[in-house]
Amino acid sequence: MAGPELTGAPLPESRLTRWRSIVSDWAADQRTFKHVSWGKSMMWIFLLSDTFIFSCFLLSYMTVRMSTTVPWPNPSEVFALHLFGQNIPLILIAIMTFVLITSSGTMAMAVNFAYRRNRRKTAILMLVTALLGAAFVGMQAYEWTKLIEEGVRPWKNPWGAPQFGSTFFMVTGFHGTHVTFGVIFLLIVARKVWRGDFDTGRRGFFTSRSGNYEIVEITGLYWHFVDLVWVLIFAFFYLW
Amino acid sequence: MVDTAIGREPIAPAEAGEVELYHPHSWITKYVFSQDAKIIAIQYSLTAMAIGLVALVLSWLTRWQLAFPGTLSFIDPSQYLQYITMHGMIMVVYLLTALFLGGFGNYLIPLMVGARDMAFPYLNMLSYWTYLLAVLVLVASFFVPGGPTGAGWTLYPPQSILPGTPGYEWGIILMLASLIIFIIGFTMGGLNYVVTVLQGRARGMTLMRMPLTIWGIFTATVLALLAFPALFVGAVMMLFDRVLGTSFFMPSLVSMGEQLQYGGGSPILFQHLFWFFGHPEVYIVALPAFGIVSDLISTHARRNIFGYRMMVWAIVAIGVLSFVVWAHHMYVSGMNPWFGFFFATTTLIIAIPTAIKVYNWVLTLWHGDIHLTIPMLFALAFIVTFVNGGLTGLFLGNVVVDVPLSDTMFVVAHFHMVMGVAPIFVIFGALYHWYPKVTGRMLNEWLGQLHFWVTFIGAYAIFFPMHYLGLLGMPRRYHEIGQTSFVPESAQNLNVFITIAALTVGAVQLVFLFNLFWSLRYGRASGGNPWRATTLEWQTPETPPPHGNWGKELPVVYRWAYDYNVPGAKEDFLPQNQPPDWGTG
Repeated sequence: MAGPELTGAPLPESRLTRWRSIVSDWAADQRTFKHVSWGKSMMWIFLLSDTFIFSCFLLSYMTVRMSTTVPWPNPSEVFALHLFGQNIPLILIAIMTFVLITSSGTMAMAVNFAYRRNRRKTAILMLVTALLGAAFVGMQAYEWTKLIEEGVRPWKNPWGAPQFGSTFFMVTGFHGTHVTFGVIFLLIVARKVWRGDFDTGRRGFFTSRSGNYEIVEITGLYWHFVDLVWVLIFAFFYLW
Repeated sequence: MVDTAIGREPIAPAEAGEVELYHPHSWITKYVFSQDAKIIAIQYSLTAMAIGLVALVLSWLTRWQLAFPGTLSFIDPSQYLQYITMHGMIMVVYLLTALFLGGFGNYLIPLMVGARDMAFPYLNMLSYWTYLLAVLVLVASFFVPGGPTGAGWTLYPPQSILPGTPGYEWGIILMLASLIIFIIGFTMGGLNYVVTVLQGRARGMTLMRMPLTIWGIFTATVLALLAFPALFVGAVMMLFDRVLGTSFFMPSLVSMGEQLQYGGGSPILFQHLFWFFGHPEVYIVALPAFGIVSDLISTHARRNIFGYRMMVWAIVAIGVLSFVVWAHHMYVSGMNPWFGFFFATTTLIIAIPTAIKVYNWVLTLWHGDIHLTIPMLFALAFIVTFVNGGLTGLFLGNVVVDVPLSDTMFVVAHFHMVMGVAPIFVIFGALYHWYPKVTGRMLNEWLGQLHFWVTFIGAYAIFFPMHYLGLLGMPRRYHEIGQTSFVPESAQNLNVFITIAALTVGAVQLVFLFNLFWSLRYGRASGGNPWRATTLEWQTPETPPPHGNWGKELPVVYRWAYDYNVPGAKEDFLPQNQPPDWGTG
């Protein structure tokens, strides 16, 4: 039997070599992610960690929803609003979602204007974003109030599995807290933009470091993340 | 293979301008609310050691009760459970995690990668103070009605929040609150460590030239940032179960003859969340230990680390694998046999990268110029102990072996060997190794020898017989064994032996603490680089390193961290910032 043919043909670049060059790119001098500032890389890593928190919350919600023996309340009835003489399912949540997604748009525009050094427009758009975020939290507060008035508590509710109230208040509450922190964050940064801190090199009150317009983008990263999480919460709580 | 390239490529210019440092003006901003990573590291270490001392005393009381039941009248069953619970939680989270990442991480990362400080000094300061708050909340639980929680360090519901478990009134609430605060504080620090390693290195310091210490701490921090969220969520939900009366983890049950309000929750869910944190936690503690011990061995055996690249990949591989093995802690909770099969397999696969590391340590020592300094002794003790603990881990990783051994002293012996004693040896070795850099003085050698030998032999005297007790079937967490048909009376003698050994080892830790403070004043002056080590922290212009670490010029790195005994070099070590035209030509 003939053995394998041995030729002098050049070997293709082996997979191992390609791996090595990926590794050496990542392991490169001084910075692993070139042209990414400390602040931005920190925000990305934080969001990764936060993703794990929200994943654990959502997975826990799914688990208890499956482990409970009592039927789960019907979301399209529970989350309906009585408007104009009829029950409209999910109307409030649709508006809330619309508001939050819109705020992502204004945020992206703010980032654009920040890099053009347009202080006025940046600050206004950030304030609009904050306003939309606050409106979201306000509507959430309204939704909570309505549910509480109807007898929903973290430990019980009139329609079925008590875990409905527990997970709902916990997860939307945790998300709402994120939005609230985002609004505060937006207001602080908007103020700095308005005042021109990033042009004059004014130092932070606590950190004594001077910032730059990138902070608008970093704020935006957080804001978009919170929006994205909302889409998942929306899907799992209101549509399931 | 290994990047020892000296001068073959020019060192790139700095990619970013230097970040301005915060310069403290008063004593308070310099030493109390300090933003300097080195001061924060010392604060972290001292706090961790202080709370660790509490846990040490609790272990003495536990052991005393096991050996001489009833002789200390205040140790009733509730007290006993509270002692073991607090001992476990403090040691794992508040001592080991905080000391390795908050202590060594803060001190070594900026120095070893050639940075002036952490990326976000202010956040770093907040991290410490949040940690301190978590510790204080935890300590407060000793003083509330009912005392601290006695649910066992795993805090399994439903029992942990029900009457009948000691500390269900306040202890469990404070424990959960403290964990939540700890995680928030840790996240602030952890982001710092990761960003500094990834984005804040000196010129020439590629990731593949970093000392393994930094690789270990870095990977462990990434694990912690991804694993602590599960504990955070579990703690929040259990807090709600306890305080608000929700039923996340609580099935409907009868307690003390009464049908409780709870119903429909899943206790297993908590176990999953807990162990999704809990198993990576083992490696959060072990990976920094792996890294540090590699550097100790290389430095004190005057030899380059064997298989540096594989050591790095092994650390990363262990880190990744640690996220897919968690349910091996839950074999007795019951699960689909296929899941048991899956988790047993992944668990045993971890043995491969771990064995690579052990072989590489041994091969580093092979033909090395071994100096039996105290750090080296502790490093050797670590290897032996870690192999011991790792081997029993292979036993427990198998479902059929784990089920009968579960909840026996065998498990206690296993995890104390592998994640108690072994990492603590590394911490001791590291403290003896870096103390001169922190203080400018050497720790007393004679006291160090005493400390090492008593600790090393004592640890084996404690935990080796414990394996045997476990095989006999002696259960863990029992306040008193009394008369049973399955534990022979001779086991009691062994218990007495273990307790005497434990008290001796405990006593010698006080010698170590004395040494830490005594040498601060009376220790031999060390100079800047007493171990003749290559890594950057030993090359600072001043010792201890001042604020900003490096004086005017940041160091430039020309080589990897392990140039010991390079042929043709004038000295037997070449510091990482030694330009190529020196020595090797």
